[in-house]
Amino acid sequence: MTGNSQLNSEGKLKHFLTIEGLGKELLVEILDLAESFVGMTDQRIKKIPLLRGKSIVNLFFENSTRTRTTFELAAKRLSADVLSMSIATSSTSKGESLLDTIRNLEAMYVDMFVVRHGISGAAHFIAQHVSPHISVINAGDGQHAHPTQAMLDMFTIRQCKHDFAPLRVAVVGDILHSRVARSNIQALNTLGVAEVRVIAPKTLLPVQVETMGVTVLHNLTDGLKDIDVIIMLRLQKERMTSALLPSESEYFKCFGLTEERLKIAKPDAIVMHPGPINRGVEIDSKVADGPQSLILKQVSNGIAIRMAIMAMAMQKQGSV
Amino acid sequence: MTAHKFDVPALLIALENKIETAIKERNIADPLIIGIRTGGVWIAEQLHHRLGIKEPPGLLDISFYRDDFSQIGVNPNVKPSQLPAHIEGRNIILIDDVFYTGRTVRAALNEIFDYGRPNQVLLAVLIERNGKQIPISPDCSGIVVSLDAGLRIKLTGPEPLAVETQFVDVAA
Repeated sequence: MTGNSQLNSEGKLKHFLTIEGLGKELLVEILDLAESFVGMTDQRIKKIPLLRGKSIVNLFFENSTRTRTTFELAAKRLSADVLSMSIATSSTSKGESLLDTIRNLEAMYVDMFVVRHGISGAAHFIAQHVSPHISVINAGDGQHAHPTQAMLDMFTIRQCKHDFAPLRVAVVGDILHSRVARSNIQALNTLGVAEVRVIAPKTLLPVQVETMGVTVLHNLTDGLKDIDVIIMLRLQKERMTSALLPSESEYFKCFGLTEERLKIAKPDAIVMHPGPINRGVEIDSKVADGPQSLILKQVSNGIAIRMAIMAMAMQKQGSV
Repeated sequence: MTAHKFDVPALLIALENKIETAIKERNIADPLIIGIRTGGVWIAEQLHHRLGIKEPPGLLDISFYRDDFSQIGVNPNVKPSQLPAHIEGRNIILIDDVFYTGRTVRAALNEIFDYGRPNQVLLAVLIERNGKQIPISPDCSGIVVSLDAGLRIKLTGPEPLAVETQFVDVAA
């Protein structure tokens, strides 16, 4: 499925599966709409009736804390009825196929699926097979994409830096296993930043990473020069099938973000991390909890951005 | 079919007088003016000066409270509402440019009550026209007019404020 099959015949969002193929205008529209949801925290009743009567199922085949809970809160703030399913407690563990699970949930008149799956392409597969009135949101598929995380990162960057054009952004760490990195690189390039730099050991970079529109560096100290935004990535040990690194302490020595190294970047540089963070592996606690860190701001922004994406995908869909 | 001409400055004076009378009748102390985007906000700005109210007017964007979201979707120009933190117990003068079906006011009231429980809400509109669909009516109107069903009126502004009229096909 190409990026464009996420859009309906009028060019509006129907599914949200990947940043790939989406235009700058649409990404900005998502950011703007999310902006209007941020003010909702002033309300006594933190709820608006936009999706009242709609049923949303969070289908999580992989563990998640932030993404699942912020999707759930976002749906509730839009007044939708939301059900979060952990697959460990469902019939899939009794041998039911993915498609059968989907068909059964469809029979319960569900309007939207939010899907996280360990296999790349799972959300696309579901989007291709659901009834036409159902929208599918990708909450992370394998090593492929995590588009809502990318959008909340873009939102956080815009909040601090206002304009994307002059920014130099470093994405640091386990690029190879990171769906966040892929989606972030696509979003940053679509929004037109000055430079996206990836900084990682050779063993943690995908082949032909240069084709993604990035500069590649293998040394963190050199790499952080003139950088405005640092996106740190978690070392995804659970996805590593072979010995890609000598040890965690060795990794920290070369690629861990310390206060010392942070000084190499611009003085007003911001530090982000999609979480969960491994303190002392990819990031020092002093940096993670320090004044330049926006890690918790990212979590808060996750609610507004997911509200915006769900609201846009649930708009009236042309002829359907 | 008569084409209406609306004299906005005269309507503003008429509305201001009616609101002043209502404030006296209802013993409204320390009112908070809230305008509904976009036309209502322009009127609210004007009235806030004329009535000598110090507190800046609140701004309400009802896009998320509309009852036709499933038909028309999200308004791409939606802006966050800006209301004071404490709506609880306030005396609100809610302002819109044109009162027509009543649905906008219904949405605005729902949104206001999500911020808190006001003491009272007074509804003031520049133009009240025929065509209401729900049991809500303005308390103060600059003018009450009966218009052809196919005639749409819209306030343009903010400088100068003027009323635009347009015929639409209502056969469908």
